[in-house]
Amino acid sequence: MVEVHLWSGLRSLTGGKQVVEVEAATTGELLRALVRVYPQLQAPIDAGVSVAIDGRIIASGLSEAIPEGAEIYLMQRLRGG
Amino acid sequence: MSKFHVSTTVNGDTVEYLCDPRETLLDCLRDKLNLTGAKEGCGTGDCGACSVTVDGRLVCSCLMLGVEAEGKQIETVEGISDGDVLHPLQKNFIEHAALQCGVCTPGVLVAAKSLLEKNPNPTEEEARYWLAGNLCRCTGYDKIIRAVMDTAAELREAS
Amino acid sequence: MALDDRKSDFKFVGTRPDRPDGLDKVTGRAKFGADAYAPGMLHGAILRSPHAHARIISIDTSRAEAHKDVKAVVTRVDFSDKVEFKPGLEGEFWNVLENVMAGEKALYDGHAVAAIAATSALAARDALKLIEVEYEVLPHVTDVDKAMEPDAPVIREGAADYSVPEGMHPNVVRYHESGHGDVEAGFAEADLVIEDSFVTEATHQGYIEPHACLATLGNDGKGELWCTTQGHWIAQKTCAALLGIETSQLRVTASEIGGGFGGKTTVFIEPVALALSRKANRPVKIVMNRSEVFRATGPTASASMDVKIGMKKDGTITAAQGVFRLQGGAFPGAPGDMTAMCAFAPYNLTNVRQVGYDVMSNRPKQAAYRAPGAPMGAFAVESVLDELCNKLGLDPVDVRLKNAAHEGTKASYGPRYERIGLVETLEAAKAHPHYSAPLKPGQGRGISCGFWFNHGGETSVSLALSEDGSAQLMVGTPDIGGSRASMALMAAEVLGIPYENIRVTVADTATLGYNDVSHGSRVTYASGLATIKAARSAVEKLCERAAAKWGIPADAVKWENGHAVPSGPNAGDFDPMPLADITADMGSTGGPISGHFEATPEGAGVSFGTHIVDAEVDPETGKTSVTRYTVIQDAGKAIHPDYVEGQYQGGAAQGIGWALNEEYVYGDNGRLQNSIFLDYRIPVASDLPMIDTVIVEVPNPGHPFGVRGVGETGIVPPLAAIANAVSKAAGVRMRQLPMSPPRILAALKEDG
Repeated sequence: MVEVHLWSGLRSLTGGKQVVEVEAATTGELLRALVRVYPQLQAPIDAGVSVAIDGRIIASGLSEAIPEGAEIYLMQRLRGG
Repeated sequence: MSKFHVSTTVNGDTVEYLCDPRETLLDCLRDKLNLTGAKEGCGTGDCGACSVTVDGRLVCSCLMLGVEAEGKQIETVEGISDGDVLHPLQKNFIEHAALQCGVCTPGVLVAAKSLLEKNPNPTEEEARYWLAGNLCRCTGYDKIIRAVMDTAAELREAS
Repeated sequence: MALDDRKSDFKFVGTRPDRPDGLDKVTGRAKFGADAYAPGMLHGAILRSPHAHARIISIDTSRAEAHKDVKAVVTRVDFSDKVEFKPGLEGEFWNVLENVMAGEKALYDGHAVAAIAATSALAARDALKLIEVEYEVLPHVTDVDKAMEPDAPVIREGAADYSVPEGMHPNVVRYHESGHGDVEAGFAEADLVIEDSFVTEATHQGYIEPHACLATLGNDGKGELWCTTQGHWIAQKTCAALLGIETSQLRVTASEIGGGFGGKTTVFIEPVALALSRKANRPVKIVMNRSEVFRATGPTASASMDVKIGMKKDGTITAAQGVFRLQGGAFPGAPGDMTAMCAFAPYNLTNVRQVGYDVMSNRPKQAAYRAPGAPMGAFAVESVLDELCNKLGLDPVDVRLKNAAHEGTKASYGPRYERIGLVETLEAAKAHPHYSAPLKPGQGRGISCGFWFNHGGETSVSLALSEDGSAQLMVGTPDIGGSRASMALMAAEVLGIPYENIRVTVADTATLGYNDVSHGSRVTYASGLATIKAARSAVEKLCERAAAKWGIPADAVKWENGHAVPSGPNAGDFDPMPLADITADMGSTGGPISGHFEATPEGAGVSFGTHIVDAEVDPETGKTSVTRYTVIQDAGKAIHPDYVEGQYQGGAAQGIGWALNEEYVYGDNGRLQNSIFLDYRIPVASDLPMIDTVIVEVPNPGHPFGVRGVGETGIVPPLAAIANAVSKAAGVRMRQLPMSPPRILAALKEDG
């Protein structure tokens, strides 16, 4: 299982949880698993999210491997100028 | 509206064009003579990207009408180098990285050349005030001023 | 990427050669957006709403269409009806379409409502007067706080996305909340808590080159577009969607770009020119004038912010909280989320909470502007920090060092940092002669830190070797500030051939795969990474050819200084074979040698900077002069240091303008009052001192040479650094930008 830290604004979509656990080996699997467990997370994921794996921010890639025990944060998709 | 026939001299070449009395010198240089070095950044004389000299005087070509060029001597960025030999300002702007996007560069070069012709030994403050009419949004002016000051020193040494 | 894969000894990288496009740019021959012409070309002009908010009852174009010089007139009906409206940022194509040509309502002063193509620019401009638009003027709102009030006019129902809590005004379209720890408990631990409110006005990117394009589109759905843009693939994709054609049928070529800073990451006139061209069946050129640029292209968001920070007597921050309300015009997109996520990012905080709002108002659609969202938040946060230091008698650099984020720190926005360089920039600030130089009476010194995320993005690069041993490199990121030079340096480093032997071209959309925009400080990072990898793939092939010539295995050949060499004594004894000897007969040894790389690199590496500024305030006029300025920023690895310095200096200068002069001024009628450079005053040469720079290099683990993007972070610290300097010089805390002379005089008067 992977522990995923959400940003606090998402708690209303996960029944108040800010840390959730899902089964996933890649970033893409992670996002699909999150929606399976918490269907309301579809909206923020559609709006754009990034995934931080042990501090490395994956802006959009869905095939990044998630190592065992990695610290995972869901973040809003970044936009630049 | 009928057009006016204008004969003038640009970078030493005799040229002619027909222009509407509302068209600016900048419009005529760019659209009729294919001299697109001078740029329109504002159209109100505030940015200096269209700087040229007319009878040796630095002007914003967006503020002068095409018809007013009749019989004048106009110099643009395209006339700064001597054949394939760059003017020291041009060479130093490249060497000092005094440009980023480069859209203000033609106007800055024309204005800086005009400064050094009038004042071969400007202080930094004089250079900054002379170039205050040439907006640059990329560089913060630091490298532009350094390139101009170094060119001034070079030209003084050479003369 | 593994650390040991990273190169640290360089031959070309870190030198300062002349830029490859230098000659073109000092002789006037470089072709920018407005410098293109085509046979049979028409000129387009756009009719714009004079009202801030109005229902469009009718548009009568018949008189214009009847004019002999007019060849086409378009309104919203001439664009695709397949583009779908969705809440928030999901329906961005619809938002862009609605922005480039109004639908049912005009949403801001300057909003496009119709366009004309005519035989000359003058004829097009004149013919606009023949279009009759009947408006029903509606109440408007341009201020962010007023736009959130219960009785504010509604810009558009249904634009709010999932994130907005119930009960908020429909103009609030996105909401962000994040943080960790218990801020209330943290404030209770503090010896001093300061809570204050701050306001920043919208500013414009202010690129000197107005938007310009030349478009050709036929009824066969095939088109060509030349335009000034930070990203021609996004222009291709967006225009195709708005015109209802296939993306691949529209070929987009990026002109030289006369500045962008984020403002040219979207389209404005390009779809309009294409629609006119399709209707007239002739090429159409549109060039904006400066007033159109100000009224109808992306300014940054304006902001209203509340920040509360608690500190112990020793300078430890115990808790921090911020609420950031950003107005981004009549569309979703104001980066309130980015403001919130960046605001406290420089600090190692146990308790932090940040909230961001994206609010719509009757202003032009905001566009990205250099680290979008970050400068405003830094202004508020770093001002409060400065005030805490003043009240507790602490040194502002020491306090920031004490609380600075470092590798392993849990960021205010969530994850732990990888290797970052904030502490190094603060230490460099403390050691810099500027920080200890004496101040004259009437002067004040301010410092501020700044943070930006940086970005990777889709990237394709192609490198082809010529028979004579030179190389052509095709990249897809428009060169805004000398990137051709840094790409050539990186390719030279890998290939081992002279910098001058490499020709770098910004390829069009038909000749290279998709590339994300030149934004997010990504060009040197991502196109650079792709250049290195494309060159490495060419080197592999070069080694294979050399191995074949020598009759040894390919893995027995390595590449050194532009030569194939046997990789060890067992590989055989051969003289090094120069690149040009391999390319000379490549046609008969296996064919042309090229290298390619396509990916979305994920490892941009976040960026920090620290600025020191001295300011002097004239108490009689309220005018502020910046007397000394030093930028210190982590570049990871500076590929071409001149252009890294240039980014630092340019960011600082734009920040100085934002802090002291620049603002969008709206009248009570909702019309922009200062839409020319005379009234919207960006810094001129005589306003500024030399801007000193210190390049700190803490390599980014996500780039083969250690590069971190440097383009954006430089605009984050100046607002607060200058505000802190001005507040010291004038003896009053400035909470609103710009700190224009009237505002400073008013603050001095209020202070007695």
